[in-house]
Amino acid sequence: MITVTNLTKNYPSGEGAVPALRGIDLTVATGEFICIMGQSGSGKSTLLTILGGMCHPSDGSVTIDGTPLYELNDDGLADFRARHFGFVFQSFHLVPYLTALENVMLPLAPLTMTATEKRSMAAEALARVGLAGKEGRLPSKLSGGEQERVAIARAVVNRPTLLFADEPTGNLDSATSDQVMALFSELHRAGQTIVMVTHNPDNGRYAQRTIRLKDGLVVS
Amino acid sequence: MKPYHIALKNLLRRPARMFFLTVALAVGLAAVVALVTLANSMTADIEHTMDQFGANILITPKSNDLALSYGGISLGRVAFDQRELDPSVLERIRTIKNRQNIAVAAPKVLGTVTIKGRELLLVGVDFAAELRLKPWWRLNGTEPSAEQDALLGNAAAQALGVKPGEQLQVGNRSFTITAILQDTGSQDDGLLFVPLAAAQAITGKQGQITLIEVAALCTGCPIDEMVEQISGVLPDAKVSAIKQVVEGRLQTIGQLKRFSLGMGGVIALISLALVFVTMMGSVTERKVEIGIFRAIGYRTGHVMGIILLEAGLVGLAAGLIGYGLGIAAAVVTLPFMASSDHPHLLVQWQVALPAVLSVALVSLLAAWYPARKAGKMDPADALRSL
Repeated sequence: MITVTNLTKNYPSGEGAVPALRGIDLTVATGEFICIMGQSGSGKSTLLTILGGMCHPSDGSVTIDGTPLYELNDDGLADFRARHFGFVFQSFHLVPYLTALENVMLPLAPLTMTATEKRSMAAEALARVGLAGKEGRLPSKLSGGEQERVAIARAVVNRPTLLFADEPTGNLDSATSDQVMALFSELHRAGQTIVMVTHNPDNGRYAQRTIRLKDGLVVS
Repeated sequence: MKPYHIALKNLLRRPARMFFLTVALAVGLAAVVALVTLANSMTADIEHTMDQFGANILITPKSNDLALSYGGISLGRVAFDQRELDPSVLERIRTIKNRQNIAVAAPKVLGTVTIKGRELLLVGVDFAAELRLKPWWRLNGTEPSAEQDALLGNAAAQALGVKPGEQLQVGNRSFTITAILQDTGSQDDGLLFVPLAAAQAITGKQGQITLIEVAALCTGCPIDEMVEQISGVLPDAKVSAIKQVVEGRLQTIGQLKRFSLGMGGVIALISLALVFVTMMGSVTERKVEIGIFRAIGYRTGHVMGIILLEAGLVGLAAGLIGYGLGIAAAVVTLPFMASSDHPHLLVQWQVALPAVLSVALVSLLAAWYPARKAGKMDPADALRSL
């Protein structure tokens, strides 16, 4: 469960601090699929970054299953991300010189487990997103939809408590977008907690709840 | 998969860049290795040549003499307490700490004799020791071995009109000239060499020795220390090292060594800058990739490890290649620079190990800041699209 209390984020600027989030309170239950929507500059990406343990808030707190996230030190936060979070980025962000299987194995690299275990988990995650048989392909040899699937496989390979997605269909055509969203829906049905940022209203229908942000505040 | 797989994969991704960086570092190291190896090999070659060259320590009796000069005009020296060495000195010099470095100790007694109306310097020697001491001697005839055998310098033989196998009367003793010494270009050409005991009898210096020439195995042996040690056991003798000839050469090689090390320092600085710029460029170029690593849970240490491993591997490869190239260059160059005909290349692990490790260390040092920067990279900053 995510509990967000009075979350504030100000970015330094030449003329003083620019507020990105202005005191957000939010709760996400385990197994919930929520969608954060809002216009550009509304603060949705900043909120996702802070929920994902990648950016310290100016004020307020984020607690994940009882762990106050930003009371952890840098290594503790990195370990927490490795064990509990999965990320799907807008531009896929696959490592170009690694194969699909190796890209999926990336989050497992710093973890203590055998190479066979890592390989097996990565192959299983790829199969789960429908890419069995394409393990050895480099990202450049995959279509946009396939790259997105590899990114999703990479995000779920460590069986995360929370899956964060930032505009996961931003670079895809509508047919592929539907396939990807169906995949998220399937993951959710399997019990995965998902927090997704999008400005595409069509994606909102896959989520259980939609939170709308405007000027750093939750408006609905 | 482990973080080091990422480092290896990334190195293979840009083979040209890594190849040129490795070659640049390797060439720098090769130059230093070649110079240091040449300097060490030339030093060893000179020391070896010196071993072959003959005496490098001279033992003479102490004599009190006065230098006579007046108004800036030297009138020579006057010895007023001329003494000789006694035969026990030969045993005593064999008791010094570095006695294993003494190759030959050749005693001599000197005196003048008149033969066929000509004054000649008579030298009493131990022929076995003398022939070992002077391997460059070439004899026309056979080596002297008996008590009545003698050896005559080429100039002396011509002056006296003596040929090998002929008899020569010296005082009341008769000697067989078993060999004539070929021209040496030294004072030996004008001397008459006879057995030590015979010379002592002829000159009236029974049981006495005028001087001893000592050949020390010089490679790695401290000549100055040996001189001190011999002086210690022979307080009545004057012991001096004959090393002026090689000292100049050794000094030149010493300068070459210092130049090599200085050049090594400059090359180290250039390498440091080269690796630093390359790794900084690599980190900047891979900002998003590093951001992903950080976002999915790689610690600062993991990311630093990846960057440092890449730099370390490049440094290690450059070290090994550079050392090999340096040795190859030294092999080609040494014959043109050494003093002997067949110089031996000195390949030392004392040079190899520091050379290879120093390049790896320089690479790691240069990559430290870029690696730290990468490790501390804020994933949110790196992935601005998130």
